[in-house]
Formats: sequence, structure tokens, C-alpha cells
Amino acid sequence: MRALGPVLVVLLALLALWYAAVPVMNVQETLTRAERAGAVIEPASAVERRDMASIGLALRNAGQLGEAWSLERPRLPAPHQIAAEIWASTWDEEVNGRRGIVQSGSFSNRSLVYHAGITLTATAAGFAIGAVLGILLAVGIVHSRVLDLSLMPWAIVSQTIPIVALAPMIIVVLYSVGVQGLLPKAIISAYLSFFPVVVGMVKGLRAPDAMQLDQMRTWNASSAQVFWKLRLPASVPYLFASMKIAVAASLVGAIVGELPVQQGGLGARMLAGSYYGQTAQIWAALFAAAALAALLVWFVGWLERRTLRAMGGPA
Amino acid sequence: MSGARPGPALAVPAFAGLAALALWSATGPAALALALVVLTALAGWGAVAALSARGTAGTGLIAPLALGLVVLVAWEVLVRAFAVPQVILPPPSVIAATFAANLPTLWGDFVQTILKGGLTGYVIGCGAAFLTALLVDRYDFLRRGLLPLGSFMAALPIVGTAPILVMWYGFGWQSKAAVVVLMVYFPMLVNTVAGLADTSAMQRDLMRTYGASWGSTLAKLRLPAALPFILNGLKICTTLALIGAIVAEFFGSPTLGLGFRISTSIGALDLGMVWASIVVAALAGTAFYGVVALIETRVTFWHPSQRR
Repeated sequence: MRALGPVLVVLLALLALWYAAVPVMNVQETLTRAERAGAVIEPASAVERRDMASIGLALRNAGQLGEAWSLERPRLPAPHQIAAEIWASTWDEEVNGRRGIVQSGSFSNRSLVYHAGITLTATAAGFAIGAVLGILLAVGIVHSRVLDLSLMPWAIVSQTIPIVALAPMIIVVLYSVGVQGLLPKAIISAYLSFFPVVVGMVKGLRAPDAMQLDQMRTWNASSAQVFWKLRLPASVPYLFASMKIAVAASLVGAIVGELPVQQGGLGARMLAGSYYGQTAQIWAALFAAAALAALLVWFVGWLERRTLRAMGGPA
Repeated sequence: MSGARPGPALAVPAFAGLAALALWSATGPAALALALVVLTALAGWGAVAALSARGTAGTGLIAPLALGLVVLVAWEVLVRAFAVPQVILPPPSVIAATFAANLPTLWGDFVQTILKGGLTGYVIGCGAAFLTALLVDRYDFLRRGLLPLGSFMAALPIVGTAPILVMWYGFGWQSKAAVVVLMVYFPMLVNTVAGLADTSAMQRDLMRTYGASWGSTLAKLRLPAALPFILNGLKICTTLALIGAIVAEFFGSPTLGLGFRISTSIGALDLGMVWASIVVAALAGTAFYGVVALIETRVTFWHPSQRR
């Protein structure tokens, strides 16, 4: 609990900073509206205002900024506007909306729950594919010197390549051969989550030191026994550490994968918001993505604690 | 496979010969081409196995190159032998030709995305994170308040802020740099703070017995101790910077830039150009990472992770 105090203070400070930034960011729009409503604005010409710095403009017209926190399409929405948007596009839409789950029996395609669900399925599918392939490849690399020599350098190089650049192409190419829907996004997710798992798992499978390996040899253990009884258990902490990175990466992959094909998902929601200037919608989708990321990382952490406890490690 | 193993003297020429034969067969029947590709891959495996069994010097470099060659040959031969449409997957030769024919365009994209957007944001973001880390390190309150938030933010899909920042800073490279700043800031912050905390109590006590001030403790003990962490953070951030710069262009850009080139070329089904842009991004990413990794080995040569 001691740790919570400073975090809360910093959060409150950020929130205050945000509220203070809102009138400055939205000053042009606010003043235009105030002028239309009949107020006297300091530099009267809109052209002159456009070229002025936002802070100076806000300070000179401090009395006219009341509307800045409640604009229809603000450049920077105030936190309570985003909270209202999140509420409206989750609970309100589902419970009271015509298309909501209460009245239609399925999630509304206007609600964040629906879009977060789409992103979550793609992320989970991609992460599962990526993690399984990554573990298999790591086992291969640890057991075959040829694979190790020829594949591992590429695994490292591939980390330096901005793989998301491939995302639109993978989507479009798969679309043109008739594969669409969940799978293309899952492939991008898998691609992004694949290599952290390989690298972490190889490190983990090699974690047993020479003395432990020698001990197995004195017991005349076969290489399968060494794998199941020594290498695999030793790799578990490394595996989970890299899976936490991988799951966050696969969420990024799913979101980026949703950009080129507008078929739902948080990424599509962000892009739609950016097309129509619906800033509150973008922010709401962003917060939903953040919540999703936190949930996924927490889930992997929970699995890790469960597994380590089952293995008899420190809980 | 034990017993009669072919030596490198046999396996390497066999690999090269089969690769050439496979390339030649690309215009022939598809089944033959496929068989030759499989043989080439097996010969490559055998050659690498033979080289590594002998412990030949340079195997560490030859092996990945051999795999790269196998992939390229298989790609080229299979795409041509099975007559895969170019709008799905162009062969490497077409990509290379497109790359060579569009060098000025690609150079312009490189300057716009990597140098202006990526590098500017990288320098600003890492610099700001470093300064914040010094503050966080100085004031324990900030460490307890800001650091949990920082590690939380480092796991978030920050690319999602791209549409907002593009709206704020316009379509030019400034908005891309802003996305990159946000993307690299938190990983860099977390790494630097972890590094600055990586001194033992005994080392700090020793500095205290010398009567060293906070500043000289920082300069003489903690910054040098933090260098491996800082450079690791800088290395991670190179990739993030390029991802941020490219993805941000999907949300709006002037008529140049790698992200712009990729998305418009896909629209025009000019897959050769898409791949050429990806090659540029890959080369830039590898070079960027390589430069930082080189600086790392030069600056932190004393650290255990750098020992050979």
C-alpha cells in the first residue's frame, strides 16, 4: 500500500496537467465558437489568431475558454469526455442501445466491447501460434547445431527489422488468395510474438549449467530425459518472461493488422475515428487497447505464478 | 547419418552446383524444380553440418548466409516454376530490379521516414527519457510514483497514439517524430533507471567515504555502471523507432515516406515496389541496430555480457 500513494499523486498530477492542457490545445476552436456567440476576442481577426502561439492566445482570452472542455470535436478531449465516450460505447450501448446485447442478443458493432473482442481473438490466436512455433523452433535450435548456426543469426536480425511494415501487404496478399477475417491478423500477431519466444526459450533451454548436465550424464540419462527433466523445467521462467513481451507485441500486431482492412477491431476503430475527426473515439479505443494489454500481461503473469507454484518453486 | 559423412570438400560444391541447377530449372516442369529446391536445401544442411563438424573458421558467418541463399533460391525458383502471380509474391529478381530502378524514390522515402521521422524522434525521445531518469533517480518519490507507470506504459500499444499525433502535428515528419518519441520514451526510461540503480551498497558507501557529491557519484560511479543498461535500451529503441515512424505514416503522410510507399503501392498492386520498400526498411533497421550495437561493444567492453 505504501507504493500506491506516490503512484496516485503522479496520476493526479498527470490528470491536472491534462485538464490544464485542454484549453490551450483547443484554443482556436473555442475562441471561434465564443466569437460566434458574441464575445469580444482579443485579436479580432481569425487569420491573425491562427498564426499565434496557443499559450499566448489562451492567456489573452482567459475569460472565454469555458467551452474548451466540452467541445464536440476537440483536438484534445478532456478526460471526462473520454470517460463518457467509453461509458457510452460500452455499457450504455450494450444495455440500452437497439443493437446492444440486451435487446439484440449479440454485441453491438458500435461498442468497444465488440471491437475489443475482435482484437482479443486475433491477438490470442496469433499469440498461440507464435508461442507454439517459437517453442518448437527453440527446441530444434538447441538440439541441432546446423539450425542453431544458420537460423539464430536471422532470428536476431529479424528483431531489428520493422516487421509491421509487412502487415498491410500480408493482409492484402492473403485477402487476394481468399484468406480473410481472423487469420491474416493472427499471422501478423504470430510473426511479432514468435521471435521473443524463440530467443527467450533458447536462453532458457541452455540455462542448465555444465555441472547439472554432467549430473544427468552420470545418471546415464538419454537426451530426451535431459530435455524433459532438466532443460524444460529450467526454461520455464525464461519462457514466461519472454511470453509477457510476446503477448504485448502480438496485441500491437493485431491492432496494426486491423488498419488496412476495415472489418472491426480496435485498430479499425482508431482509423475510423481519425478519418471522421472523432477524437474521443480514438482515445476511447486507445484506453481499451491499454486495458487489453494490461489484462493480457496480467494473465500471462498469473499463468506464470500458477505454473511455478505447481512446479514447487517460490510462489 | 553417423558413419559416412561427406566432407566439406564434397558438400560445399554440391550445394553450390545444386543451387545453380535449381535456378536453371525454374523455367522447366514444376515438379523438377521442387525436387531440385529440396535437394539444394538438403545439400546446404549437409554442407553446414560438415563445416561445423570440422570446426572450420567462419562457419558462424557462412551458415546464415547459406540459409539465406537457400531461401532466396527456393523463393525465386518456386515462384517462377509454379507461375505465382506477381501481385501475390514477386520473385527476388523482380524485387531487386525494382529496387535498382527506383533508387532516387526510395532514397527520398528513406530520408523522410528514417532520418527525419525516426532519427529525430529517437534522439529527442531517448534524450528526454535519459533526463527524466536522472530526475527519477534523484527523487525517491518520483521513482515510486513514476516508475510503475513507466513500466506499465512500456507494455502498452503506443502505436495507437499515432492517429492523434498525426491530427495534432500534421502530415509532415514532425508527427512521425512525435510518435517515435512516445514509443521510445518509456522503454528507455525503465532501462536507464534500472541501470542507475545497479550499484551495490558497498560501492555507494565507498563514494560517501570519499565525500563525493551527488553529481560526482553520478558521473564517476552510477553512469558508468548504468551504461550497459542504457545501451541496451538504445538498442531496443532502434526497432521501436522505425516501427513508430512507418506505422504513423499509415494514418496520413505527405507523398513520400516508406509507410506511404508501402500503402500506396499495395493499392496499385505494385508488389515489387512494396518489397523494395520493405528491403529499405529492413536494411535501415539492421544498420541502425548494428551501429548502436557497435557503439555498445566499444563503450562497454568491460561488461561481462561483452566477453567472448
